[in-house]
Amino acid sequence: MIAKERVMRAIFIISALTAILAVGLICVFLFAGGLPGAGKIGIFDFLLGTEWKPGDSPPSFGILPMIIGSLYVTAGAILFGVPIGIFAAVFMAKVCPKPLYKVLKPALDLLAGIPSVVYGFFGMVIIVPLVRELFGGNGSSILTASILLGIMILPTVIGITESSLRAVPGELYEGAVALGASRERAVFGVIVPAAKSGIMAAVVLGVGRAIGETMAVKMVAGNQAVLRTPGEFLKGVRTLTANVVLEMGYAEGLHREALIATGVVLFIFILIINLLFSALKRREG
Amino acid sequence: MKKAVKTLLRKKKADLLLWVMTWLFAALTFAVLLFLIWHILVNGIVHISPSLFELKYTSQNASLFPALITTMLVVALSLLIAVPLGVFSAIYLVEYARRGSRFVKLVRMMNETLSGIPSIIYGIFGSIFFVVWLGWGKSLLAGSCTLAIMILPLIMRTTEESLKSVSDSYREGSFGLGAGRLRTVFKIVLPAAGPGILAGVILSVGRIVGETAALIYTLGNSPIMTDGLFSSGRTLSLHMYSLAGESLYTGQAYATAVILLFVVIGINTLSGLLAKRITRGT
Repeated sequence: MIAKERVMRAIFIISALTAILAVGLICVFLFAGGLPGAGKIGIFDFLLGTEWKPGDSPPSFGILPMIIGSLYVTAGAILFGVPIGIFAAVFMAKVCPKPLYKVLKPALDLLAGIPSVVYGFFGMVIIVPLVRELFGGNGSSILTASILLGIMILPTVIGITESSLRAVPGELYEGAVALGASRERAVFGVIVPAAKSGIMAAVVLGVGRAIGETMAVKMVAGNQAVLRTPGEFLKGVRTLTANVVLEMGYAEGLHREALIATGVVLFIFILIINLLFSALKRREG
Repeated sequence: MKKAVKTLLRKKKADLLLWVMTWLFAALTFAVLLFLIWHILVNGIVHISPSLFELKYTSQNASLFPALITTMLVVALSLLIAVPLGVFSAIYLVEYARRGSRFVKLVRMMNETLSGIPSIIYGIFGSIFFVVWLGWGKSLLAGSCTLAIMILPLIMRTTEESLKSVSDSYREGSFGLGAGRLRTVFKIVLPAAGPGILAGVILSVGRIVGETAALIYTLGNSPIMTDGLFSSGRTLSLHMYSLAGESLYTGQAYATAVILLFVVIGINTLSGLLAKRITRGT
């Protein structure tokens, strides 16, 4: 009996170690696979180079267009997703009648559960032609990707904002109303500011989702590895994620290493975002 | 209605604007969802035909049947790896480790890190580690292992939460009757936490079914039926991704989207029902 207890206890400990092991393996293999390549290209030429031409001789592997591209579509997603998300979260937490809530909450879960290929396909058949009709260009653009990503981060932003709005003590609202504030004023002037760090956490998590999204973005963004200015939002752009998924299938040698290094850059962005998120969550708690 | 109009008229301009925006943006969010579902259903259902479910894939029928089977295999294999690991490690964290010990904190931190990593990073890692370094090639096994790591944090977190929600009086009662720790965990705590764990597993199934970026370079993208752990294949999502890229197969892409949507709706309903059972239970 005691032996069995001991064996199972050991098994439990070993299982608990897998999470640590997994993070360790991911870091080691990602860095070992990507950093030598980035070193061969030259860290500065790699990070700040504006030319990505793996097929040329000599090839050039500059990922600045992709870094900037990822930043554009992420910023665009925040621009669309966050204001809509915050207002919708206020609706869910403070305005929505209870019977309606029972329908809308599962609808939000559904929005979160729809696979990114389905979003990407929806973007291809609806948003791309729409942008093309309304603004010209060929439709696959920074704007299109931003709109689609804005939709995709909505459930994340709404979910976290809603729960942080609900965590604000009711006395604050009652106090504001007692002082003569209207319902809207009490919500937007008192409750929303009180939930500030939770809302910031929602935005940060939204940024993480948007910057890491791959397939949907690749399907609508056009994927030209060209450095764009913010004014060229109707032109195509390639993100870090799209760069990997487009070329990983056939890349060899230094090209493959450069793609893995692209992944490393994305990984570092994500680690920073995660740190920020947990710092914000700690401040809220 | 009259009352609503009256209150509307009484509102100040800024208040009115905020009020309108709240309703408008909430309506917009759900309108987008409804439109997406409606659009996929209307265009997809007409394309669901028996030829889509033919046993053998050809470029003529673009059958999704092999993809359907592969999806089930990937789900089963990933769960087979991730569920024991996730549940056992949650058991250790909640039932065995000293609460708040350094090790617990470290595991939890790693878990949070894992859950924040985007799927393309898992795809790159799987491609370096399982496909090339371990020499498994693009295969069912490599893809499933990659996904197992991806869903591990989700299973671990949901299990941890449901174990914690089991009242300590259960454990005390069991210990009081002379049961050991292991017996208490397996006979008393785990059954009580069952629905919560199951809800986590179901959510993981949803993530696996919807996954593409982590699979395309680990499972590969072969449209034919997989035969064995070391052969390539494609899941429904990958199938749809490939079809969407070719204008020839738009109809089949819509049809696949319909099936994916149904799977997601089914999964959400199931986990919603379980969640309701949990809240009623406590």
